[in-house]
Amino acid sequence: MTVTETRTLVTPGTSRRRRGGSRHYDPSRRRSMLLTVLLWLCALYFILPLWWLFVSSTKDNSALFSTFGLWFAPELSLWDNLQTLFTIRGGIFIRWMLNTVVYSTVSAFGATLLAAMAGYAFAKYEFPGKKVLFSATLGAVMIPLTALALPTYLLFSQAGLTDTPWAVIIPSLVSPFGVYLMRVYAADAIPDTLIEAARVDGAGEFRIFWQVGLRLLGPGLVTVFLFSLVATWNNYFLPLIMLNTSDLYPITVGLAQLQAAASAGGGTQALFSTVITGSFVSIIPLIIAFLFLQRYWQSGLATGSVKG
Amino acid sequence: MSNTPALTVERPSPPVKAKRHTSPTKRKQNRAAYLFLLPFFIVFITMLVIPLVYAGYLSLFESKLIGGSVFAGLANYARALTDPQFLGGLGRVALFFIIQVPIMLGLALFFALALDTMRARGSKGIRLLIFMPYAVPAVVATLMWGYLYGADFGPIAQIARAAGLGTPDFLSAGNILYSMMNIVTWEFIGYNMIIMYAALRSIPGELYEAAEIDGAGQFRLAWSVKIPAIRPAIMLTVIFSIIGSFQLFAEPSLLDALAPAAITNGFTPNYYAYNLAFINQELNYAAAVAFLLGLVIAVISYFVQLGSERSARRERKGL
Repeated sequence: MTVTETRTLVTPGTSRRRRGGSRHYDPSRRRSMLLTVLLWLCALYFILPLWWLFVSSTKDNSALFSTFGLWFAPELSLWDNLQTLFTIRGGIFIRWMLNTVVYSTVSAFGATLLAAMAGYAFAKYEFPGKKVLFSATLGAVMIPLTALALPTYLLFSQAGLTDTPWAVIIPSLVSPFGVYLMRVYAADAIPDTLIEAARVDGAGEFRIFWQVGLRLLGPGLVTVFLFSLVATWNNYFLPLIMLNTSDLYPITVGLAQLQAAASAGGGTQALFSTVITGSFVSIIPLIIAFLFLQRYWQSGLATGSVKG
Repeated sequence: MSNTPALTVERPSPPVKAKRHTSPTKRKQNRAAYLFLLPFFIVFITMLVIPLVYAGYLSLFESKLIGGSVFAGLANYARALTDPQFLGGLGRVALFFIIQVPIMLGLALFFALALDTMRARGSKGIRLLIFMPYAVPAVVATLMWGYLYGADFGPIAQIARAAGLGTPDFLSAGNILYSMMNIVTWEFIGYNMIIMYAALRSIPGELYEAAEIDGAGQFRLAWSVKIPAIRPAIMLTVIFSIIGSFQLFAEPSLLDALAPAAITNGFTPNYYAYNLAFINQELNYAAAVAFLLGLVIAVISYFVQLGSERSARRERKGL
C-alpha cells in the first residue's frame, strides 16, 4: 500500500526536493563506472538514427547512396537541400509546417483548457453523477482513437467538415488522459482552504477557477499541453483520411506524400534528399519545445503518474 | 468499461451527510461543477460516443449494388470473424504485442531504475537522449528507419557487409514485423521510461531509509520497494502499449512502399479497415472491422487491469 501512503506526502512541484529528508541516502556519493558506460552505450541506440538523419540531410542524392551513412560526405549540400525543400512545389513545405503548428497548438490549447476545467471539477466538487462521469472518462482512455476515425470521417463528411482544418482540430480536443492528469494534479495543487477563503471573500466559482485554480495548475497544464501537442503534431491517420487538399496537409501527411513521390518516380529520385532534409527540419521544433519546458512537464508528470 | 480499477484512485471523500434538501450554496456549486464539465463532455459525446454508436449502426448494414443499404444484422461481423485478412492482421498485432511490449517496457523500466539510482555520470543527458525519439512523428521515424534498413545504402547493411556478415534483409516478409517492432520500441521506450521515472522520483526517501537499515542492496531495493511503489504507473504504460500496438497504422502503411511483397492490405487491422473503407469502398464492413478492433482492445485492456489488480491484492495479503 505504498502508493496511498505516498499520496499524502507528495505535493506538486517539489519532486526534486522530495528526497532531501533522508541523510543516510545520498545516492550521488557513489558513482558506478559500469552503469555509466552501459547507459551511454544504450543511449547510442536512440541517438544514432537521429545522427544519421542529420548527416544525411547534408548530403546530395548521389552521396546519399554512395557514402557511409553515419558520416559526412566530402561535400556538404545542406544549404542546397534546404533551398530545394523550401522552394519545392511553390514552398509547400512551409505551408505544411505552418498547418502543423496551427492544428497542434489550437488543439493542444483547447484540449488543455477542457481537461483543466473538467479535472478541476472532478477534483474539487462533490456532485451527483461524479463517479459515473469520471469512470466514463477513464474508460475512454481505452477506446482506440484510430478505430473511431472512420465513423468520425463519415459523420464529418455528412456535415461538410472534411477537408477543412476543423476535421483535424475538433477530434483532437478530446483528451481523457489529460482530464485524468489534471484531476490528480488539481487535487494536490489547489488547497481546499484556498477555495473556501475565496468563497468567503465572495468570489464566484468561475472567478475562483480562473484566478486561483489555473495559476496553481502550472506544471500540470504544461504537461497536458505538451502531450496533446505531440499527439496532434505526430498524428498521421486522422489528417490522412480527413484532408484531400495538399495545401491543408500537416507535415506528416506531406512528408509521406513526398516520400511516395520519391519512391514511385524513377526521374524524381532527387526527392530522397528532400524527404530526408524535410524530416530533419520537421522534428526540430518539438525537440526544442521539450528541452525548454522539461522542468515543468517532468514535475507535472511526477504527480500524475505515481497516483495512477 | 465503467470499471477501471488500476487507473481509479478514489480519494477517501469525507462522509457526505445525507440531506434531503441541498442548500442553495451546494446547488450553486453543483451547477458550477456541471458547467466546468460541460465543454469537455460536449466534445466527448460528439467525438467519442456518437462515432462509436454510428460505427455500431453502420456495421449492421450491407451496401448492395441494387437496393442500396440493406440491414444485414451481424453478417459483417460473421464475415470478419472468418476473414483470413482480418484474423491474420489481428494475429500479427497480437504477436507484436506479446513480443514488443515486454521488451520495450522491460527496457524502459530498466532505464528508469538505473537513472533513478543516480549512479551514472550524465544521467540527465542520457534521460533526454532516450526520450528524444518520442518527439519524432511515427511517419518520420518510419521513413528514417526505412532508409536505415535499406540493403544498398543503409548504414546497418554497410557495417554488416564491412564486417563480412553479408547483407541482412530487414524488409523481407519474415523480418518486417520485427523491423517494425524495432521502430516502435525506438520511438516509445523514452516515453514509457519518463512516466516510470517520474513515478520513481515521487517515492519518499523515508522508504529507502528503512530498506537501507535492513541492509537491502540496489537490486533488492528496486524489486521490493521501487517496482511495487510505481505499479500504477507501469500499469498505465501497459494500457497505452496495448492500445498503441493494436492500432498500428503509420508503420505498415509507409513501409508498404518499400516492401510491397511483405506487407499485405490486411497487415494490421487498422490498416485493413483503412484499405476497406478508402480503397475498396466497403464502408459497412470497414465499420464492423473498426468496431471489432475497438472491442478487442477494450476487452484486453480490461482483463489486463483486472489481472494486475488481483496480483496486487495477493501480494498485499502475502506481506
